Amino acid sequence: MTAPEMGRRTFLEIAAGTGLWLATSPVRVVAAEGAGAAAGSFQPSAWLNVDPAGLVTIWVGKSEMGQGSFTGMAVLVAEELEADWKTIRVVQADADARYGRMSTGGSSSVRGSWEPLRKAGAAAREMLVAAAAARWGVDPATCRAGKGEVVHAASGRRAGYGSLAEAASKLPVPEKPVLKDPKDFTLIGKAVPRLDTPAKTRGATVFGIDVRVPGMLHAVVARPPALGGKVARFDAAAALAVPGVRKVVEVPSGVAVIADTTWAAIRGRDALGVVFDGGPNGALDSAAIASLVASAPLEPAPARNDGDVEGALAGAARRLSATYTLPFLPHSAMEPLNCTARVDGNGAELWAPTQSPQRARTDVASALGIPEAKVTLHVTFMGGGFGRRLYPDFPVEAALVARGAGAPVQVTWTREDDFAGDLFRPCGRNELRAGLDAKGNLVAWHHLVRSPSLSRQSSGNPAAPAGTLEGAIGFPYRSGAVRIEAAVPTVGVRIGAWRSVYSSQNAFPEESFIDELAHAAGKDPLAFRRSLLPADHPLQAVLALAGEKSGWGKKLPKGVARGIACHSCFGSHVAEVAEVSVTKGVIRVHRVVVAVSCGTALNPDSVAQQMEGSVVYGLTAALRGEITFAKGAAREKNFPDQDPLRISEMPRVETHIVPSTAAPGGIGEPGLPPIAPAVANALFVLTGKRLRSLPFQLKG
Amino acid sequence: MITLNVNGIPRSVDLAPETPLLWALRDTLSLTGTKFGCGLGVCGACTVLLDGVAVQSCLVDVGEVKGRKITTIEGLSPDGTHPVQRAWIADEVPQCGYCQSGQIVAAAALLARKPRPTDADIDDAMDGILCRCGTYDRIRRAIHRAAKEGTR
Repeated sequence: MTAPEMGRRTFLEIAAGTGLWLATSPVRVVAAEGAGAAAGSFQPSAWLNVDPAGLVTIWVGKSEMGQGSFTGMAVLVAEELEADWKTIRVVQADADARYGRMSTGGSSSVRGSWEPLRKAGAAAREMLVAAAAARWGVDPATCRAGKGEVVHAASGRRAGYGSLAEAASKLPVPEKPVLKDPKDFTLIGKAVPRLDTPAKTRGATVFGIDVRVPGMLHAVVARPPALGGKVARFDAAAALAVPGVRKVVEVPSGVAVIADTTWAAIRGRDALGVVFDGGPNGALDSAAIASLVASAPLEPAPARNDGDVEGALAGAARRLSATYTLPFLPHSAMEPLNCTARVDGNGAELWAPTQSPQRARTDVASALGIPEAKVTLHVTFMGGGFGRRLYPDFPVEAALVARGAGAPVQVTWTREDDFAGDLFRPCGRNELRAGLDAKGNLVAWHHLVRSPSLSRQSSGNPAAPAGTLEGAIGFPYRSGAVRIEAAVPTVGVRIGAWRSVYSSQNAFPEESFIDELAHAAGKDPLAFRRSLLPADHPLQAVLALAGEKSGWGKKLPKGVARGIACHSCFGSHVAEVAEVSVTKGVIRVHRVVVAVSCGTALNPDSVAQQMEGSVVYGLTAALRGEITFAKGAAREKNFPDQDPLRISEMPRVETHIVPSTAAPGGIGEPGLPPIAPAVANALFVLTGKRLRSLPFQLKG
Repeated sequence: MITLNVNGIPRSVDLAPETPLLWALRDTLSLTGTKFGCGLGVCGACTVLLDGVAVQSCLVDVGEVKGRKITTIEGLSPDGTHPVQRAWIADEVPQCGYCQSGQIVAAAALLARKPRPTDADIDDAMDGILCRCGTYDRIRRAIHRAAKEGTR
């Protein structure tokens, strides 16, 4: 599973080999030749090979950035195939239309593979069983598959999958392979060790930044910090005078300094004396952005308008209103952005830590002016992604630098470049109003989301659906009337998808304001939420579980308080209870109890990992995360300005899963949205102060 | 030419003496297990052992380490079975894995110095190494495990 292995074991090499070959799509499983013939109409999401040695190889079109989907996808195949787990190999597919949609985002890898990968495994198993039965002249129904072999119990005969693969490949692919009963699962639902862990403990995993190509040079790029800025002038000779610097090349995104080592390239860039024109956003600062956001006009019609909110508010016994604000945020994955490229007369080859291989390949081909077929793009392991690696800017730039260099080049973004050139989680200003009747029931809910639109910025189309109401539009609580609407400012800074996207923003005001209402109604926040949710709503189960496991309502040590919040997104439902204290103005989160309903928990330990990760990522944002702007550029430059949570600040995170045999929901993102409001709600209990702005500021 | 003692092997590098050790390891010697994270010594991704002590290799010049013993993740154990590495696997610590080389060598240095560390010792030794995936709880667990099982 390391990159060199991926490079050698290309799809075509194996496809030319022998054994049983299947391709699988959400619709059906077919023989590999059939998939080739039907190219265009058949969109396989994965390919499966059982070779004559019995080795099972799965090509996956999803990127591994820490979420464990490689192992999860292999488990789906192996479970139904009845394979010997030790014979399973996962190979990261190169960018290619034959893998269907490869983009990794929206917590979708396992969700989208649940049916197709199990069907592929089951089809292969049935074909191998049929091949064995034919060889032995027995009824297939009298044979059983298990641990990588087919056994005929009556005669004691057995045959390994490898010895059957060739014969099986000549049989018809079953149209409706029979899937196992969940009670017979031996891998699904178990804490199967991740396939990528051992290499990661030896420093042997090849991330994008670790790719080494013969003759490769290293580059850094000086880029204009403001969106739309331009290079005004630079001194190439000064950079070239730095030992180790080979070449200075201007590319559309800036000026590349190419050298023998990354360090020499950095020193060369320091000497470059580059000066930028700020461009149209060169004077933009945070205050100007805030007023753009506050003054943006409403969209023509509310996206959701149930009942008469104004009438219900007018008739309410109590009316509350509040404004919540959220900052821009950086992604700051531990592996800074980077990409390695080789461009010559034959085409281009890239090694990219990307969440969107196909988009990157298309855009690289277009930037180089060559046919897409001449671009090979290998996907590497990634040191985190969190949404930033969905965007193709860094592979496109690397291809252009490599063309200018006339040699293979690795472009590394320093941490400062990674901050300055991020596509930030959008800011948000949320205006909420609600009404309660005399008994404390919710009669009106109005949520106005003011936030720039990712889809409008990336498409350049001001009429595109804004998408900013994700995480708000599905307001789950019963209310006499509900209105959810958007105002969509255009801001002159780069924005991008960030773990859990708009749910990361909209859950904070929603779940904090619901808490405000509970306190206003004099009700327990947990009981208040449950009383407003339909009895069969999946949030009921996670609220109940989080309450039970956290000891909700029980006494806590002096100076510690609990807060609760819940949210549904990406097909899963999560409630979190945070235990919080404040000492000398410093907020400390001691314990977070997470209850998650995610359908079948494919790997409960992976679910726990993702909950731990989401809590920490969300907590860093809630406690310290903020990007501010001056002269159109981010003012926070490196980790000291924006310090992520460290081990001494890590709360104990306990994950509890609601048992289920339903199809899996997402797990990479749903754990994030509840943490900020859970902490805010605890801080209110503790201090009596309602913090409506992130990151939390206790003073002032 | 500067000769470095890396993982017990003398290695010559033709670099200016002020070049950070990090880039000599990664770009000149192709020992890519040691990671670049911030370049300022605040994220710890580049942690290596210098005479057994955890240091941030982005802050150490190659000219300063002549003759001193440099240990990277690749040289921590001959076959990846250092007690810390075994504990990391048992507790399924890594997610993306990018910071884990630094975490593992720092944990190994801690245990060499303090075979039975307390939680406070772990905070002291490990606070300089950032993880964005949220593996801190498991790092703590794995260090305690390595302390317990390491000598067996």
